[in-house]
Amino acid sequence: MDFNLTREQQMIKKMIKEFAAAEVAPIAEYLDAEAEFPKETVAKLGELGVMGMPFPEEYGGAGADYIAYIMAVEELSKVCASHGVIVQTHNALCCWPIFTYGTEEQKRKYLPDLLSGKKLGAFGLTEPNAGTDAAMQQTKAEDKGDHWLINGSKIFISGGGIAEVYVIMAMTDKSKGTKGISAFIVEKGMPGFSRGKKENKMGIRGSIAAELVFEDCIVPKENLLGELGKGFKVAMTSLDVGRLGIAAQALGIAQGAFDQTVAYMKQRKQFGKTLDKFQALAFEMADMKTRIDSSRLLLYYACNRRQKGLPSTVEAAQAKLACSETAMYVTTKAVQFHGGYGYIKDYPVERMMRDAKITEIYEGTSEVMKMVISGDIFK
Amino acid sequence: MKIIVCVKQVPDTNEVKIDPVKGTLIREGVPSILNHDDANALEEALKIKDENPDTHITVITMGPPQAKEMLQECIAMGADDAVLLSDRALGGSDTWATSNALAAGIRKLGEYDIIFTGRQAIDGDTAQVGPQLAEKLKLPQVTYVREFAMDEGMITVKRALENGYEVLKLKTPCVLTAIKELNCPRYMSVRGIYKAAKFDIKVWNAADIGVDLAKVGLDASPTNVYKSFTPAKKGKGVIVEGDTAKEIADGFISDLKKKHII
Repeated sequence: MDFNLTREQQMIKKMIKEFAAAEVAPIAEYLDAEAEFPKETVAKLGELGVMGMPFPEEYGGAGADYIAYIMAVEELSKVCASHGVIVQTHNALCCWPIFTYGTEEQKRKYLPDLLSGKKLGAFGLTEPNAGTDAAMQQTKAEDKGDHWLINGSKIFISGGGIAEVYVIMAMTDKSKGTKGISAFIVEKGMPGFSRGKKENKMGIRGSIAAELVFEDCIVPKENLLGELGKGFKVAMTSLDVGRLGIAAQALGIAQGAFDQTVAYMKQRKQFGKTLDKFQALAFEMADMKTRIDSSRLLLYYACNRRQKGLPSTVEAAQAKLACSETAMYVTTKAVQFHGGYGYIKDYPVERMMRDAKITEIYEGTSEVMKMVISGDIFK
Repeated sequence: MKIIVCVKQVPDTNEVKIDPVKGTLIREGVPSILNHDDANALEEALKIKDENPDTHITVITMGPPQAKEMLQECIAMGADDAVLLSDRALGGSDTWATSNALAAGIRKLGEYDIIFTGRQAIDGDTAQVGPQLAEKLKLPQVTYVREFAMDEGMITVKRALENGYEVLKLKTPCVLTAIKELNCPRYMSVRGIYKAAKFDIKVWNAADIGVDLAKVGLDASPTNVYKSFTPAKKGKGVIVEGDTAKEIADGFISDLKKKHII
């Protein structure tokens, strides 16, 4: 058992930390206020190889390991959770399924532009009536001989309208339930594919979420991703990878809010002494640090299993549950310890608390994580 | 084109504290970084390589074995090769001795067109090693380079002065010392990092570079640190306020008169 970071991981952490401090921190407040997608910094992350980290160089990836990738999401999220989820959604939910289930032609066609960050990827599973109950897909894809005809809509899609390549789930045979769902690669600009309503979110406001609308959308025959009827598996296994990224995002938010609070407590004076001298508060900080570090160990453990090719579905669910609940706990306390200043937008902890909440919801809610974990206990 | 970039690993001065009793830097737990001006020197070399991909960049430093980590980071930014001059005999060198060692290392490297260095290191702030190196290698030099252009082997640089700049033209080979205004250093790339971590960094000792041991190290150094201290803190400044410029000026003059300064 080795708890030391590799030299590669150390350098990744340093590089992203420098990037986040210089490029992301100055715009984080603006992105949140204006709900604007950070196009320029995402392009720069692409040039640095962050938009295709855990994929081999032969398809244009950076050849990094999962822990290094997860550290990149964590470091970005310390400063701006929107950047964290943009990197994570693109890598885990679009590049990963294409890399894992795509044909050689699909990989050659889509991965070089995706992994270099020239194009942004997104993922569409959720529908108005198919949230946690993802099997209730109403979007359908009909085989029209020389093409697929897709009709329906997807909601809350991260990167919706901004991304150029989408992995979309649709029913190809309603009678078969989850075994009737198939995955497709849909490109922006394909006839009948458009963006619907852009959501006005509580947090991660720099990451755009929107509705996707398919009205007699024509998708080439060769854009079926994986086997016919295996789309549910494509989606679920992608979410396993995605949960690691969301856990990393949550962990980054928690650590970022914690660090902000440490700095604040050292300079804020009340009753003639700085806040860190109040043992009641200091003890709570000790508790928070312990929660953060134990969540991190669960996450790195799950990543390590994935890196080694071992089963990691349950471990990823545990990591995501622990990290997201830690993020909510720590950011709530961070706002509390900042007092009135924590409730206004002059300090980033206010944004961090709003950003944290989504990590308990997307890529599977905390309740879904408990279903996965308990299902394994009582199998 | 062959470019050599001289770099130095320095303590991050944002984190450094001075021992109030001994007057020395407290280095424990302080992260080491690539000296800022040296990052600008490397960036300019990398920009040349962006334009001319057949450019070969070697970074060289003198330091303890852990300076390898900084050289790895230079490789991760895009340098092609890295050399560490490391030997107990080189320890404690002042600028004169350091430039002797670097000159010997560079002679061993062989041919080059441009040597870039940073203007100065944030730990010593001497700005002497670059110019001394040029003298020892008998090369033309321009210090404080804030703009660089190259056209058919002819280099044009802007050299920063306190109140402006001079434009100078020179031929290769030459030594140029970079300042922060020259460019904005790039980040390491993910691919670069994975290449760098496995990269075989050359480590040369004093014998390898054939340097005269009487010209390197602490004993050979003509300068010694006599004392380090934190300058006494200046008193708090006073902001003279007023509604008009005249009122402010009057207030300021009367304060100076009260203190018998004028």
